[in-house]
Order: sequence, then structure tokens, then C-alpha cells
Amino acid sequence: MANSITKVPFHGTPEQEKALLEVIERLKAERGCLMPILQEAQEIYGYLPEEVQRIIAKGLNIPFEEVYGVATFYSQFTLNPKGKHRISVCLGTACYVKGSGLVYERIQKELGIKGGECTPDMQFSLDACRCVGACGLAPVIMIDEEVYGRMTPDQVPGILAKYKED
Amino acid sequence: MEMIKVKINGIEVEVEKNTTILDAAKKAGVRIPTLCYLREINAIGACRICLVEVKGARGLCAACVYPLDRDGTEVFTNTPEIQKYRKMTLELILSNHRMECLSCVRSDDCELRQLAAEYGVDQNRFAPAEPIKPDIDEAVHLVRDNSKCILCRRCVAVCKANQYTGVIGANNRGYITHIGSPFDEPLSNTSCVNCGQCTAVCPTGALTEKDDTDKVWAAIADPTKHVVVAPAPSVRVQLGEYFDMPIGTNVEGKMIAAIRRLGVDKVFDVDTAADFTIMEEGTELLERLKNGGTLPMITSCSPGWIKFCEHYYPEFIPNLSTCKSPQQMYGALVKTYYAEKAGIDPKDIYVVSVMPCTAKKFEIGREDQAGSGYPDLDCSITTRELARMIKRAGIVFADLPDEECDPALGIASGAGHIFGATGGVMEAALRTVAEIVTGQPLETPEFHEVRGVEGIKEAEYDLAGTKIKVAVTSGLRNASELLERVKRGEADYQFIEVMACPGGCVNGGGQPHQPASVRNFVDVRAVRAGGLYSEDEGMTLRKSHENPVVKQVYEEFLKQPGSHKSHELLHTSYVARGL
Repeated sequence: MANSITKVPFHGTPEQEKALLEVIERLKAERGCLMPILQEAQEIYGYLPEEVQRIIAKGLNIPFEEVYGVATFYSQFTLNPKGKHRISVCLGTACYVKGSGLVYERIQKELGIKGGECTPDMQFSLDACRCVGACGLAPVIMIDEEVYGRMTPDQVPGILAKYKED
Repeated sequence: MEMIKVKINGIEVEVEKNTTILDAAKKAGVRIPTLCYLREINAIGACRICLVEVKGARGLCAACVYPLDRDGTEVFTNTPEIQKYRKMTLELILSNHRMECLSCVRSDDCELRQLAAEYGVDQNRFAPAEPIKPDIDEAVHLVRDNSKCILCRRCVAVCKANQYTGVIGANNRGYITHIGSPFDEPLSNTSCVNCGQCTAVCPTGALTEKDDTDKVWAAIADPTKHVVVAPAPSVRVQLGEYFDMPIGTNVEGKMIAAIRRLGVDKVFDVDTAADFTIMEEGTELLERLKNGGTLPMITSCSPGWIKFCEHYYPEFIPNLSTCKSPQQMYGALVKTYYAEKAGIDPKDIYVVSVMPCTAKKFEIGREDQAGSGYPDLDCSITTRELARMIKRAGIVFADLPDEECDPALGIASGAGHIFGATGGVMEAALRTVAEIVTGQPLETPEFHEVRGVEGIKEAEYDLAGTKIKVAVTSGLRNASELLERVKRGEADYQFIEVMACPGGCVNGGGQPHQPASVRNFVDVRAVRAGGLYSEDEGMTLRKSHENPVVKQVYEEFLKQPGSHKSHELLHTSYVARGL
């Protein structure tokens, strides 16, 4: 699930924290400020890890749970960063009946992460998507802008290796 | 105040403008069912069970939050259409509810089950595709089973609005919405203070106290164990509610008889220990006043408050009285003074308390709570658990005679009894402190200024030239406000009483469940507290320092309040905890 705690260690910089605190200071007097603060925080950090949510909770003097509840309610927020290489596995109808579920499982196993997560070295992030418009090539995965068609689970390690060598 | 006339099911009633339909209907003798609404706690109109028809309005309206603002408004609460909607709402709520009603601990007082019965609804229409599995988080004080949760959010509201902790909330959205803590951490890893208010407001079996009755049954059945049980002050004005008695009925005599009939060896009284608390705490206050100790001194009887202070206001730890709570003093005295007197090895004594409180279950496992070398308490059960034990034992409560506690640690003053209400500890302490300072008996032992259910109360007393400013607060949001005032230097108190639950122990997290249909219209805190104050008023022994047991134990055993031995047995320490 995309809301699971991230496996990526937090690498926030002092500059990022300064920017976030400024955002909080600028917006905190407004009613309903949590949403825009979360949006700007995600701009600054690329995602909303625990550390960032705690800074926001403290800054607004509200419970951490309140921040987490809002962050997990809206799909625009992500609690996991995106990796250097973004993998999307199509789970649309055509791909799914052609076995993309097994490919998806294999990638999770190879990378040691679940859908919605990012590897601790930040090389790969994995998401499921719906139809990418290439049903003739089903099952399809995309890595960054590259499309891989007629995938089988056994092809997964080889393809991932190509990107690891980058 | 502008009054308007409205019609509820054709019955005309006059109400203040902007009264909700729910309240107007009550005035017309009509009960509208509710699930999420709880007065002063949760008013979000989310569950849709209270839908009613307002003539001229588009669609049905939620009675709990709909303000009546026009003269002549006509409302219908029970049309066939409304019944149909309510039925469907219940069917949808039940569609993913794990129905365990035969054995569910809330079966008797589950608000969902009662509505399902009223509307003739079961799980047949929208049966779950697969059996629903339990979804359990267990802490030392409570069990949350989200498979029985209806997402009414009463628990979330009470945690944030009343208790200022906000450690639970609704996570995710849509079908997978569930109540939990950030990143779904177990409750025990959060800054939850164990107050149990969430278990007291839950309409279903999703939040319940951690049931420890099996431990007590096992101890009673064990011939090597000498089982000693004592109830807290407020339990005697709560327990009767389980046996069809009016709220606030004092059932002290029957309660003692019932506990004895469970097969325990001795029935003592935590109220007696409360008198010891006053002796120790009063002495500590006088000491701090005289020797320039940290002031204001803050009471330490409420373990929910203590954990709150440790998490959220660690800078006030030096202000906390080092006195153990009455529960822990009771245990410490049983395993030392009583053990010695009765010639029983403390390791064979099994000490149980009956509390209106779930935080007491956490308190018994705290560090520095083992005066005799053994844990002061072996088990702490709530009023609700005691009621279940009495029922299972087949004891016919209403037919019991009135009995008294065993005298060794079972005689209490009126001061001990009023510990169960907000302001009670303060008043009890003032009765003793005033007489020590002035050397004169009080004309009247009542301190009315500190009574009542208001969130923050203040008073100033002149004790033979010594001016003492006191404050009393209950509910952790109020406590927080008071501490902020002290921090800002706006208030100059010498003594503060804090109880974690709004209204004090009479409204504790382990109290009997009263459904929203009662709680929305009766202030159970005030009614139960009334039971305690009238008991105190009817007594001749009303001051802790006049209690013969207290006198005897100090004379024979502890020497004097604040003595080395007292400190060893009856005082404790605190730790700062993170957030």
C-alpha cells in the first residue's frame, strides 16, 4: 500500500527544512492551511515522510495523526519518494489477463518493495497503472519512458540489471 | 433569546431559535436514533441514522446538526420513507461489521445492535463476500477491533477535543478507511495516555477495556492466594447502573456484599487509601510551602494525567506530588502493614482494585510501584469488568444486603469518598491542611468553590494568615489550558488538582456505558458526583486525619506523614517521555 512507511532513509537538508518552516509560518494563520502546507511540503521534498509530517504537526500545534490522516486521504500526496527509475506495471484488463499480475509480483520480489514504494537506494520506485494504450503488446511495463511488451516474469531480472548498471 | 414554534410529527413545541431537530424532538417526547452524535463531543452528521424529513427541504436532513431557525417548521421523524432509509443505512453499516453478537462484550449495551433489533435488520441483504476477520490492536489498557468499527469517529473526537492527545484518527479513505495511529503504529507506541475515554464513548464493541477478569477468577480459585479486592470511590455510584438502578445511586453496601460473594478473602476500600493520600499530599504541600519547594504542587492521583504530563508537559514533572495514587497506596499498605498484621507472606497476597479507569491498568506496571518488593497491585479491573463478574457469578445484586468493608483497611472518611469527582481531592486536602495550619476545627468542612463540572475552577483561601490559591481542572484539554496559563506567568497557584477525565473519575474511561440517547440529555458526571457528595454529607467522619484506620496505621507502622517509611512505601517517581 502506498501509505506504508517508507524504506528510504530520510535525507532532508537544512535548506529544505528552512523552506518548510517558512511555508508553515506564512500559512499557519489561515483556516484549512494543512492542505496547502502539505502540497508545498511535497514540492520541497518530493514526498511526505514521517519526519516532514512531524515538523508540520509541531509547527501547527496539531496532533501528528491529524497530519497523517489528511496525507493518506488524498491521492495527490505520497508518503514514498520516487526513484531514479520509475517502473509502472500495467494492470489494465488486457495486460492483467495476459499475466501482468505475475510480472508485478516478480518485480516486487526482485526489488524487495511493494507497489507504491521506493528502494532504499532510491534507484527504483514501483507503481501499478491502468491501460497505457499498448494492449497489443500485453503484458506491458514501463520504465521511465521505455515500454517493454510481452513481458514474462523471468525477463524481469535481466531488464532491471540494465538499469542497475547505469 | 428568540423562541420559535415548530411541529415534530404534528406535536407543537416551543424551542429556542437554532435548537437542533434532535433536541426539539426530545422536547416533543420523540427519540430520534443516533450513532455518531454525542453531545459536546461529536457533531458531524456522518452516520445518517438520524435522517428526518423537514417539510419543504430538499432531501432528508440530519437531525443532530440541523438548526431550526424558522417559526412553523414541520418535521417528520418516522415516515415509511425514513424507516426505509434508516434500515438501508443500518444494512450498509452491518455489511462489513464482524457480527459476534452472541459473545461480544458489548452485546448488552451495543447501540448498533439495539438499532438493528429496532429496525429488524441483519446482515442478510449485503452479506460480506468473505468472512470478516478480526482486526485487533491490543494495548495494556484496551483492545481495538476495527472489524467492529462503524467509523462514527466518537473516539477520535473525544481523544482530540476532550483529551488533547489526538493519537487516533481516520487513516486512508473510502472502503479501507480505518481508525488508527500514524503509520498504523500500535497504540502502545504512541503518546496515548490510557484514559480510555474512547472505550467509554464507542457505540459498539470496537473499543473495549482489556478484560482482566480471568486473572481475578484464577486467583480466587487458587487456594494458595489470599485475594484482596478494593473498589475506588466512584465505583459505588456507577455500579448500580448495570443492575437497572438510576444513575448516581449509591450502592456501596451491595457492592461490598457482591465482591465478598465472588469468593475473595478480604474487601478493603481504596477510599481508605485516599485518606492516606491526603495525609501524605497535605504534608508534602505544607512542606513545599514552608521550605520553598516547587510550586504549584499538582496532584498525582490520576494516572492518565500523569502520563499526559510525562509526554506533553515534562517541564512540570517537578511540580507533581510524589505521592502514589490511592490505588497504589492501597496495594503497598496491603502487602506491608496488613501482611504483617495478618501474618501472611506478601508474595501470597493477590491485590485487586476496581477502578472507573483504564489508565490504572497501565499504572500497576509502572516503575517504582512496588513498596513491599512485590508489585503493589496484581490486577486492576474496571467497573464494567466487576459488573460482568457479578453477573457471571449469578449474584442477584438487587437482593443483596448492605455490608461493610473489612475494617483493617476498610474505613474511609467522607473526604476519601469525594475523590471520585473533580475537585474532590482538592476539597479533601483542604479539609486536612486547613485544620493543620490553623490548629482549629473547621466550622463546615465544605469547600463549594471547587465543586462542579466546569473545566477550570479557581479559589483562594486564607488559612490563619497563609493565603493559598488553588485551581481544579479535569479533562486534559482544560488541564493543558491551565498549564499554559501557569507557564505564561498569568496564574499564581500553590496547589492544582488535575484529573484526566472530564468531570473526574465519575466519568472515567472504565465507567458503565450509557448510550448516546441518555448521554445527550443527562450530564452523567454531575449526577454521579451528586451521589458521592450526598454520601459525604451524611457522614460524621468527613476528614482524612480523623479516620481511625489512618491514625492507627501511622501510630503503629508509618510513624508520621512524610516519614522515611512513608516515602519508601507511599511515594514514587516519574519519567519524561517523548512525543
